[in-house]
Amino acid sequence: MTPGGTPGAPGVVVVTGVGRYLGAHVAARLAADPRIERVIGVDPATPGPEFTDLLDRVERIRLDLDSLGGLLADLEVDAVVHLALVSAPDPQHGGRAAMKEQNVIGTMQLLAACQRAPRLRKLVVRSSTAAYGASFRDPAVFTEETEPREVPRGGFGRDILDIEGYVRGFRRRRPDVIDTVLRFAPFIGSTADTTLTRYFSQPVVPTVFGRDPRLQFVHFDDALEVLHRSIVEDHPGTYNVAGPGVLSLSQAIRRAGRVAMPVLEPGLSGAAAIARNLGFGRYGLDQVDLFVHGRVVDTTRLEREYGFQPRSTAAAFDDFIRAHHGGVVVTRDQLAAAERLVLEGIRQVRSAVRERS
Amino acid sequence: MSGKDERREGRYDVPLTVAGPGAEPARRNGHRRPTAAGRPHATDQAATDEPDTAATDEPVAGTNGGVVDGEPDSAATDEPVARSDAGGSHVPGPVTSAEGGVVAPPGPAVADRRDHWDRRVAGGLAFLRRRLSGDYEVDEFGFDPDLTDAVFHPLVRLLYRDWFRTEVGGLENVPTDGPALVVGNHSGTVALDALILSTALHDRHPGRRYLRLLGADLVFRMPVVSEIARKTGGTVACNPDAERLLGNGELVGVFPEGFKGIGKLYSDRYKLQRFGRGGFVSAALRTGTPIVPVAIVGGEEIYPMLADLKPLARLLKLPYFPVTPTFPWLGPLGMVPLPSKWLIEFCPPIPTAHLTDSADDPLVVFNLADQVRETIQQTLHKLLERRPDPFGP
Repeated sequence: MTPGGTPGAPGVVVVTGVGRYLGAHVAARLAADPRIERVIGVDPATPGPEFTDLLDRVERIRLDLDSLGGLLADLEVDAVVHLALVSAPDPQHGGRAAMKEQNVIGTMQLLAACQRAPRLRKLVVRSSTAAYGASFRDPAVFTEETEPREVPRGGFGRDILDIEGYVRGFRRRRPDVIDTVLRFAPFIGSTADTTLTRYFSQPVVPTVFGRDPRLQFVHFDDALEVLHRSIVEDHPGTYNVAGPGVLSLSQAIRRAGRVAMPVLEPGLSGAAAIARNLGFGRYGLDQVDLFVHGRVVDTTRLEREYGFQPRSTAAAFDDFIRAHHGGVVVTRDQLAAAERLVLEGIRQVRSAVRERS
Repeated sequence: MSGKDERREGRYDVPLTVAGPGAEPARRNGHRRPTAAGRPHATDQAATDEPDTAATDEPVAGTNGGVVDGEPDSAATDEPVARSDAGGSHVPGPVTSAEGGVVAPPGPAVADRRDHWDRRVAGGLAFLRRRLSGDYEVDEFGFDPDLTDAVFHPLVRLLYRDWFRTEVGGLENVPTDGPALVVGNHSGTVALDALILSTALHDRHPGRRYLRLLGADLVFRMPVVSEIARKTGGTVACNPDAERLLGNGELVGVFPEGFKGIGKLYSDRYKLQRFGRGGFVSAALRTGTPIVPVAIVGGEEIYPMLADLKPLARLLKLPYFPVTPTFPWLGPLGMVPLPSKWLIEFCPPIPTAHLTDSADDPLVVFNLADQVRETIQQTLHKLLERRPDPFGP
């Protein structure tokens, strides 16, 4: 802890990526916390109109991450929350090249600025469980110590590995800064709009033939809670953030009342590549890898250190289903009704047969 | 088996066709139904004749069990069955007259039978509905007990009980609760012994325990196969997974010989291969889990491997390519395992709790691995003496 800094909640917090859903909500939540004096939202683009109400108590600065250095020193920033990550290439905004620029180069620049900020004493970085890569020799459950056995094929996974590498370097150079790396499972929830929520909203959902990956989600509200606690409390280290429990993909699709369409894996990888080249669709090799290998993490450390248990993966997914019930092909009620009908039918046929004989 | 019994079995053919997928398969070859073993059905039934719900299940269970068990309790089981037969007018006169004119009023007997099949159909449909609506639990390793109980175990049960006539001994050496590491010999070209062992343990052990198998990563590379392995409780053989399972108090099954064991020639049958690097021992030591060696006899004869076409195996990226008396000559027919006689014997557990600190001591690990290997090898020899004819009864 630097001299002059007070333990507990920091005074001035910078949040990057407030132009996006997660950043906007985190900044709004921090601004509503009376323990924090100032919340400054940084984003290269103007936040969309849907976030203006949310961000009215947040000071917004339109700024690229490379010119952050002066800001951090001038405003005597205590804590930085780095959320400006792009999880899938957006063809409208430069595709994969811009994504890598934002994720990797942006993080490098941010960390360079942080290294020169004298008052800084806390850094929270958003990471992802994609940091564990995907391999057939992987253990079933990843703890924070598990090293990736293979570099992931997807762009986001590789970016995450790079980002965590830079944070480790920063940790060595500024041991006085409390840094927290949060490896989030895919977000889900009633309001979140992510690649996976869009995937599960389709009536017919493509899956990989012969694979039924184990998935974990974290509810968006729980992710907010963990991020908030990371700022106002001290939790140095790396943490997995996921809802306890597991849903298999087929199970999730059935619970959502969708229909699975198995596709051969080479076909799906090829389709993902073609879609990327043609500039539509936001599914990439990250998703294909996830749907072949699945990804389950151990959240014991989070629960112990934060004293907080995110709602279970199944509960988080239920919340998502309730909000996205349009496009449902089969509902549970329909299945239960069908069960009753068939049972009654069989009973009638059997009693008829019995009477005839 | 008398003609009367056969006719009775036949009568149940009609409802069988409407039974849901969750219903148990029909048994007509006369083996004891394992689930009925613990239930006091036979005597209960002879004593109480009221058509209450607890008893309704029993006449049919009695037929299955009674026919098999044969002599001792046949008198007890036959009577109530005959009564329900008489009520259900499918079987005419002879049965009732053979039983000395015992005719029950038709009402309750019909209700009995309907209730039994009704419950089976309802159970099957409920299973189907649960599957279709995703209303079941999967653990972090992907284990799906609902599916395992309803589909996997009944299928393997046919093999293990009816095809291989498996006898299981030493079950008292497997703890009823708490963790244990079951270490077995691997054989058979196709790793059927792992499936048989897990079903045998689940069916015969009083704790109805699930064996969580550790499989080679090749298994998890293959689509479909990998998911079957995960859903039935398997996971990749690596120390983090083994220790996590043991830490959760599970019964973990491992075959340290790996492909060297299943891919050996018939001439090397029942000769234990090298036990890898002893990773299984260090997993047990780190968690202080007892090791239960198990010897499995019978697996070597199901696909006797006469030759290994190594170039073809390399081409297909497989550890070996077997040539058996029937494969590949007979095509798909060559995949049918030969009906050898199986014996499974669990040996007394080897405690490791006092060695927890030596998990990283290679000498302790190797010695313990050797001890396990010797125990299994000696038990194999003993079992082989008990089974002079591999294809005997």
